[in-house]
Amino acid sequence: MTVYLLCFVLLLVGIYGVLTKRDLIKMILSLGIMGYAANLMIILFAYKDGAMYAILTKGADPQQVVQQMVDPLPQALILTSIVIELGITAMLVALAIRLYEKYKTFDITKIRRLSG
Amino acid sequence: MKHNTGMTLIVRTVTRVSVWLIFLYGMYIILHGHLSPGGGFAGGVIIALGFLNILLAYGRDFVDEWLNIHLMKDIEASMATLFLALGILGMSFGGAFLANFLSKGELFRLLSAGTIPILNIIIGVKVSMALFIAVWTLAILHISKGGKE
Amino acid sequence: MPVETWLIFILSFMIVGSIAALEIKDLLSSIIAIGVVGLGVSVSFLFLQAPDLAIVQFLFEIFALIILIRAYLRGAYHVKEPSKSHQILIAVSILVLAVVFVLSIQVFKALPEFGQPLMETSRYYLQNAANETGAANIVTSIILDYRAYDTLGEVTVLFTAILGALMILHLKSPRQTTEGGDEA
Repeated sequence: MTVYLLCFVLLLVGIYGVLTKRDLIKMILSLGIMGYAANLMIILFAYKDGAMYAILTKGADPQQVVQQMVDPLPQALILTSIVIELGITAMLVALAIRLYEKYKTFDITKIRRLSG
Repeated sequence: MKHNTGMTLIVRTVTRVSVWLIFLYGMYIILHGHLSPGGGFAGGVIIALGFLNILLAYGRDFVDEWLNIHLMKDIEASMATLFLALGILGMSFGGAFLANFLSKGELFRLLSAGTIPILNIIIGVKVSMALFIAVWTLAILHISKGGKE
Repeated sequence: MPVETWLIFILSFMIVGSIAALEIKDLLSSIIAIGVVGLGVSVSFLFLQAPDLAIVQFLFEIFALIILIRAYLRGAYHVKEPSKSHQILIAVSILVLAVVFVLSIQVFKALPEFGQPLMETSRYYLQNAANETGAANIVTSIILDYRAYDTLGEVTVLFTAILGALMILHLKSPRQTTEGGDEA
């Protein structure tokens, strides 16, 4: 259970970053931290004690060796999630660059005061 | 500017020899996706990193002249259409959308598992083209904005 | 050493790294610290017997670092010192997050133990994947045969996100060109 709590603390560090930082790039980094914590948590749910990874090898009886394999379904779902996180980061960086070109700063308090 | 022409002679010579090995490794990871860890996504990123190696070692002008960026955009868009076409073929031959309708083959051979290697190749090509175009756009953004700082 | 001890060590290292990434003033150092957190996640995936995920996490982490460092080289800018109201905001948010953490201990007690997953649907996948799909890698057979529709959705989302990023970078507002002419 300690590993679950430590992973949750990592998620809370990410939420703290999004709430209190004023620099746009630091907010993007905090979203990245939250993404890592969420992916790691679900893979922590899928681990089996003393088990192997879910790939069959030659020369082993398939019906016997699958008794000692980790859960493959969360791994398939988190593979999708990792790829989408990269797309999100690319789009956020493009938005940040456009905001810098328009307002000449990355500070979000100044961006709120300018208009047009 | 000077860094537009790439890096020194040693870097360019080593890149000329080693970038083909990077592409070979990426294609190995894509094709053996159903036998060992990896698959289309990991292999696609490796091929995109090979293109990025060429961009860093030879500079923007060389890549603009020798690599056809519009062809890459067309290839990326057509790979998405190929994925859907394979799904509709699965519907007509297999009974469900994206069903596995080719023959399964024996276990542990390279040409086995039906449509899984074909889908791996489609995903690998698509991911590599998309990521290289994203990095290329960020690379040429600097030069068009250079006078405004 | 058992796997749980290694994981506790790596997770504490990642928490320290992420706090350092948020608090360091220099932006390049915080981007590199995020890279360290991502590599820690990749090593944790290796300990948790997920080699597919470790490869993909490592490579996509490197790409995210390349894109983030591109955003950094935008010239110098100043962020001024936090004002009084900002310090009250920091204190209140830390307090609220600590309360959320204490309340969540009860939730994590109700989950299954670490190392004994339920595996109700995965039993079917593990026993029948080799016969029905012919692939030796069970995770690949799940994402490309049993759940291929999810992979179609993922490819579409990646395509749309990259397309959106390209559109935003190519867009030119008419006011910007006159500003460029005035400054140059």
